[in-house]
Amino acid sequence: MDARGSAWAIYRESLPVLLVSLAGGIFAGFVLGTPAMVEGFESYPGLLLALPAFLATRGNVYGALGARIASGLHQGIVEPRLRRQRRLVNAVVAAVVNGLSMSVFIGVASWTILTVQPGRSPAPLPELVAVLVLAALSTAVVLIVGLLTLVFAGYRRGVDPDNLIGPIVTTLGDVFGVVFLFVSITIVGVVV
Amino acid sequence: MSDPSPTRVDTWSIEHIVRTMAPLLLVLSVLELGSGLVLESLQSTYLGNPTLLVLVPVMIGMGGNLGAIIAARLSTQLHLGTISFDPREPQLRAGILAIMALAGTVFTVLAVVAFGLGHLLGAPMALSALLTISLVSGLSLAAIAIVLGIGATWISYRRGYDPDDVTVPVVTNVCDILGVVILSTVSIAVL
Repeated sequence: MDARGSAWAIYRESLPVLLVSLAGGIFAGFVLGTPAMVEGFESYPGLLLALPAFLATRGNVYGALGARIASGLHQGIVEPRLRRQRRLVNAVVAAVVNGLSMSVFIGVASWTILTVQPGRSPAPLPELVAVLVLAALSTAVVLIVGLLTLVFAGYRRGVDPDNLIGPIVTTLGDVFGVVFLFVSITIVGVVV
Repeated sequence: MSDPSPTRVDTWSIEHIVRTMAPLLLVLSVLELGSGLVLESLQSTYLGNPTLLVLVPVMIGMGGNLGAIIAARLSTQLHLGTISFDPREPQLRAGILAIMALAGTVFTVLAVVAFGLGHLLGAPMALSALLTISLVSGLSLAAIAIVLGIGATWISYRRGYDPDDVTVPVVTNVCDILGVVILSTVSIAVL
């Protein structure tokens, strides 16, 4: 196929998911701008600093999980079904381990950066880490179930999973990452 | 289900996946914290223009999405042994064309929707300013995403890394970081 023809094919296949991702991003932008969320950022100094790293970790860990599953599907060593398969289970467990440990690291790092800056004082370390880990854990559940369901369903209908993964991960990661961050701020605020 | 073909290095073991990814994730998280510092230092600019704040998550995520489309395609071609890094090669040229067209579409829609939402938020911005900010930032990001996607896959290919674990994270993160930086720079220049 010529370049223009296959470019059009990639365009048509990718656009709908990118538009869904766009809608998710705009929704996340709104949640970030709500007075309640702004108040949350004010009561937990260090959280805004952690935000890009926190959201990006969702993309990293689950984007890589998706890419791994896609290659497995293409190579025929992963079945497009939500059932116990050694490779699938291992990939998911590894993703959760990485996601949670990175959230702890990001919390500690943000706390440290604000602590060493003159005139700045971060939120207490345990609270900052608790908010991020709680949000990471809730997002993990939604992202894993959502990613696998959508990629497998797409693959069985002949959609190349390579074109689905990034947008699915970014959209679910943005929407649920920000929403669960808000929920976690509320929960930690009540408990502490 | 038993594993029919155990290989010398089990690339699907939990330990292998965690060990391959953890160092990279650490480095990328540190870089992302740099992006967080930019966001925090410009907090007043963004909070003073809530319409601009609506653009932030899309600017953070979309460059990575676009780069991941080309990176994931190249990664799969690498696994299947059909890869080529020559931009004149139709398969690669098609990917580049498609991504620039997708970026043009998505960032135009973003500007128009944000324009409408700005009125709802009671903090409207000029459509021309939003279109300029969104398209200049977005198309720059897309171009960077393409170069990064091809470059990172090429390096993985040369060094023998599994591109699934390397390419997509590198492209997505650099685009995330640059998304905040580019959006902030362009916004300050336009406003």
